[in-house]
Amino acid sequence: METLFHAAPFTGYVYPNETVIPWTVLIAIYPYLTGLVAGAFTMSSLYQVFGMERFKPVAHFAMLTSLCCMLIVPLPLLLHLGQPTRALNPVITPHITSAFAIFGYAAGFYVILLLLENWFVFRPHIVAQAKQRKGPLGWFYRILTLGSYDLSEKAMHYDRKWIFALAIVGIPGAHGLHGYVGFVFGSLKSREWWSSDLMPPIFLFSAIISGVALLIVLYAASCRLRKIPVDQDCMKGMTYTLWGFMMFALLLEAVEFASLVYRGREGIEVILEYVAGPLIVPFWIIQIGICSVIPVSWLTFMIWKGVKGNALISGTVLSALLVLVGVLMMRWNVVIGGQEIAKTGKGLLTYHMPFFERESAVTAAILLIAPFVLLSVAVKLFPPWEDSGVQRD
Amino acid sequence: MTQEGIAVEDKATELEEAGRRDFMRLFGGVLGGGGIALVAAALLPEAAAVADKPDIPGYDWNKHHWSFGVDATKCIGCLRCVEACKVENNVPKDPHHFRTWVERYVTLEGEEKTHIDSQHDPVNIEAAGADGKYRFANRYKDAKVDKAFFVPKLCNHCTHPACVQVCPVGATYKTEDGAVLIDHTMCIGCQYCVQACPYGARFFNEEIQATDKCTWCYHRITKGLNPACVEVCPVSARVFGDRNDKQSPISIFLRNNRVTVLRPESGNAPNVFYVGIDKEVS
Repeated sequence: METLFHAAPFTGYVYPNETVIPWTVLIAIYPYLTGLVAGAFTMSSLYQVFGMERFKPVAHFAMLTSLCCMLIVPLPLLLHLGQPTRALNPVITPHITSAFAIFGYAAGFYVILLLLENWFVFRPHIVAQAKQRKGPLGWFYRILTLGSYDLSEKAMHYDRKWIFALAIVGIPGAHGLHGYVGFVFGSLKSREWWSSDLMPPIFLFSAIISGVALLIVLYAASCRLRKIPVDQDCMKGMTYTLWGFMMFALLLEAVEFASLVYRGREGIEVILEYVAGPLIVPFWIIQIGICSVIPVSWLTFMIWKGVKGNALISGTVLSALLVLVGVLMMRWNVVIGGQEIAKTGKGLLTYHMPFFERESAVTAAILLIAPFVLLSVAVKLFPPWEDSGVQRD
Repeated sequence: MTQEGIAVEDKATELEEAGRRDFMRLFGGVLGGGGIALVAAALLPEAAAVADKPDIPGYDWNKHHWSFGVDATKCIGCLRCVEACKVENNVPKDPHHFRTWVERYVTLEGEEKTHIDSQHDPVNIEAAGADGKYRFANRYKDAKVDKAFFVPKLCNHCTHPACVQVCPVGATYKTEDGAVLIDHTMCIGCQYCVQACPYGARFFNEEIQATDKCTWCYHRITKGLNPACVEVCPVSARVFGDRNDKQSPISIFLRNNRVTVLRPESGNAPNVFYVGIDKEVS
């Protein structure tokens, strides 16, 4: 039988009930996935809304990526709940003063928006396949047409208007959804580590960099798999985007940390003890050193020297991989870190992640892989590539 | 809202002969309408969440105003209160889930830092010997103690409870008589409230897969009894009563003492009042 609970070891004084850490690794995965959604959507909006033509090769792919991540977002929460059968209650009977009650609506709205936008974007492909294909797959596409086979110029013009409108609504939607995740943590006055007005923008900017980084990696990988050259202009644009947003993200985090230390409110001694002890590896070495300073310096160097070709691609992809790990570590250090600093302000706890349980390392790994399994199927059904014969807008 | 509902219904009828374009237009309308409904819901007073009074024979929660007092100068750290609470309220017997606990503050001669421990301390767990039994180990018997005292802790049943604010389903709520309760049949087990409580008063009860905490023994006080911890305290360090009754133990306690609350800066406005605690206690 599964152990009912794990008591966390502690030093100093912590409240007795604090020895069972409430939010596990899954709650660190949840903002990570939401962040990828918001970041990938931002990438697609740069083309769909802001008309940056250089991002055309990844625009539709970004949209599919965003959708695939979004479909997995509710799972870590569901797996965390003590009463998963009551998961829909916050939507049916919401308690409106709770920051969490909005999640169901925000996520539901956003899933619908992503589904709609993807549908409009891939409608020409869906119609073409519905006409050609036989068998179950033919039925699949025929159902997806929703009975509309109209690909006339008038219809396509109408679709484009919808894509544009949805992308515009999607920007505050995606960013609101993620900024709000930051608010869930930042609004809790019980934990000094979380309680900060800067939490929503910090979450937002780290979300954007994680989404852009993910697309850099996925786009480069897809080009290799499809044996086509990487679009240099597009990759360079993504390099700039990643670099630019990283500047904001790092600055915000630095300001937040500085003001936490500078304010020096009750419990600061323990926070500093935590920062200078258990946080050395996960925060200073991995998140800040390896996954922030190195990629940002590398990107700066490449931009400064005007690096081109394969050097730019491999440099950007490696930086992006580091950023992806860095943002995951940031989520961990916020969610788990906040709970390792006791509410008493007088002690520290240590969270041990179980390997094989409902809320464990294995579950977290499955949830992190799941969006890409979905994506690998989605790109087969709805090829987002420019050369796949899909009519572009 | 009703008119909106009708409007949506009308549109739904139109839909049958309308094409896909119209459907999409309608979809935007429904989303907009839903948004208006949400905003309207957000304006409803919070009190609507607790519209139904509990069905307790002979008890009217509008007629009571419960509060709790702790005189830390009297507490001897015997932990009868903790054991009584665990039995009375079916609290898991392990030393990591408590509706109430007692903290020990000890300052040794020549030291500035205060040593604090409680029932979850490994040394005290060993001294207790078994789950369901709680003892403070005699760990300072060879030390020169300068100052020492005990502080009983429990849910503060705050006037502005952060836990109630964050509950996404309203499973935890403030009653009219002052208690903060949890409806275990509604709790989804997200533990957001556990995070929000600055006092560490809440815990996740794995046996019922829902959040749990002190209720001031609501099942007892609504029948005219004292909470179990108050009942068993041999030195009357715990005081409980109805503030609407000027002669109740709590009214007298509040009148005769200069009291303090824990973490007043949190804005939660606790309703457990302390006498005789030191600056380290929070």
